[in-house]
Amino acid sequence: MYSPEILLTAVLNGLMTGSVYALIALGLTLVYGVLHIINFAHGATLTAAMFAVYVLHGAAGLDPYVAMIVTVPGLFALGYAVQRLVIGPASHGDDGNILLVTLGLAIIIENALLAWFRSDTRSIDVPYGFSVIEVGTLFLSLPRVIAVFVVLLVALLLWLFLARSTTGQAIRAVAKEKTGAALVGIDVGHIYAVTFGLGAACLAVAASLLMPTFLVNPRIGNAFVLVAFTIVVLGGMGSIAGALVGGLFIGVVESLSGLFMGESLGQIGIFLIFILVLLFRPTGLFGAKA
Amino acid sequence: MSRLRPHAAILALLAVLAVLPVMFTSGTVQNFLIFTLIVALAGQGWNLLGGYGGQFSFGHASFFGTGAYAIAILQERLGLNPWVALPVAIGLGALVGAVIGTLAFQARLRGSYFALVTLAFAEVFRITANVLPVTGGAAGILIRLKLDPLNFQFADRAVFHWVTLVFLGAVMLLIRTLERRRFGARLVAVRENEDAARALGVDVLRVKIAAITLSAAITACAGCLYAQKFLYLDSMIAYGPWISIEALLAPIIGGLGTVFGPVLGAFVLHGIGELTKTWIATLTGGALPGVDLVLFGVLLIVTVGFAPRGILGLVSRLRVRAA
Repeated sequence: MYSPEILLTAVLNGLMTGSVYALIALGLTLVYGVLHIINFAHGATLTAAMFAVYVLHGAAGLDPYVAMIVTVPGLFALGYAVQRLVIGPASHGDDGNILLVTLGLAIIIENALLAWFRSDTRSIDVPYGFSVIEVGTLFLSLPRVIAVFVVLLVALLLWLFLARSTTGQAIRAVAKEKTGAALVGIDVGHIYAVTFGLGAACLAVAASLLMPTFLVNPRIGNAFVLVAFTIVVLGGMGSIAGALVGGLFIGVVESLSGLFMGESLGQIGIFLIFILVLLFRPTGLFGAKA
Repeated sequence: MSRLRPHAAILALLAVLAVLPVMFTSGTVQNFLIFTLIVALAGQGWNLLGGYGGQFSFGHASFFGTGAYAIAILQERLGLNPWVALPVAIGLGALVGAVIGTLAFQARLRGSYFALVTLAFAEVFRITANVLPVTGGAAGILIRLKLDPLNFQFADRAVFHWVTLVFLGAVMLLIRTLERRRFGARLVAVRENEDAARALGVDVLRVKIAAITLSAAITACAGCLYAQKFLYLDSMIAYGPWISIEALLAPIIGGLGTVFGPVLGAFVLHGIGELTKTWIATLTGGALPGVDLVLFGVLLIVTVGFAPRGILGLVSRLRVRAA
């Protein structure tokens, strides 16, 4: 019914969107893997990062990609502080409490942005926003191709950091056995906050990758957060490779179901996958430990 | 007499709430009171499952919306009388609860996983309602205005207030009764320690499914009242995240796992919310959307962090200290 070219374009588009989804899920799964918490404020934090890019572009004329110099350290510091000062003390380490505290954070961030920016949808104009590159007979959006390479680079850097650096080793130690890590002198509270900061920093990168082609409004994070949860559950909670593969897979599913069923029903496909995986294979499709 | 005592405090509170629309005759205040009672009723539903049973749902919108859409569709598309449609709508809400509960609890989902799956179900309902013709799609569905008590529409707001209060009161008395029966004890046992409850012979799965079914029925009833009060629904109103959040905020702020928690929480939250909105509006000369919700978020974090048993918990702690 569709020509192979349309299908191929849809798949490639899905892979490109999926790479940004993967980056968002990467932050979520990292936090889950180490702190064993589900961060409900992840979507709202992404919205805040997107608004930061928007404001930096509007007020200081910064290109969205250049804005990363400001937003990445900024969001890292914010994530560090929020875990250290709010989530840690308020949740007393209880699973249900953490869920509610991060929900509270999400409500605060989303509505503070609503009060400040109102519910208008905004976007930024960059000269390369609609640039395309030609590959054979296909036209690919330049900002989205850039996104794919940046995501791969970030994933590689993150992997190197976790595998090689001392802090990375400490993070892995805390993820495996926090009492043991504390006994050998690792400051668990600090490592928790660093991990949370890294998760937020991933969102800063994602925001810069999204802004050239996406819109932003105070509720946009909700559109991403369930998708990110789906990817994390699909790839196996806490698995970085799972988040990458899951992100690309979900991107393609969304793109193809959007093509066959229309935009709004396309989202249902994702949620149904989410429900089915949770109900029947909560350890994820890629077999990571629960 | 002694059999009535546990219910006496509830009856006293209901009497106080019944006087409110006589004391406050302004339309704005009366609408505010009715809305708050509906939120309190939805919160009672959430509290049964979350407060007594320890299963935190993030998707009670599934039940609220099913109740609301069902009563609206049965009236507008099938021409049923709303008083007849009401039990059907509540039954459908309960059915949705039973199905989601059976699926989720049979898969042994707990804690965050249960919260996530309920949220996902609510989103599936919302998107579906937004495209189906029977729900009016994105344009929504209007219930025709025909003010007549036989038609579940009342010219006098005070009467709607009392009708809502009858439902809320009945639910509170029911929950108080369940609290004192085996079912309540089993539910609390499941919350405190599922494995221990199972070891003592409690059929954990059955207790949880029964709790979510009843919880869904109560929240669906709140949805029906909402539909009859405001006479308009769209997918964002009926199945949107706002009601899932309202339903959990009220009992958590008021006092988890208590009969009075959801009512107290709803009134405190919306009282503070309205005051802040008016105060900000006079201060800045314009409405600031979302400020009340920012405050709700702060209250949620503060409550979880420092008053895990809500306002009622704080009150009883103060009383112990004073004694």
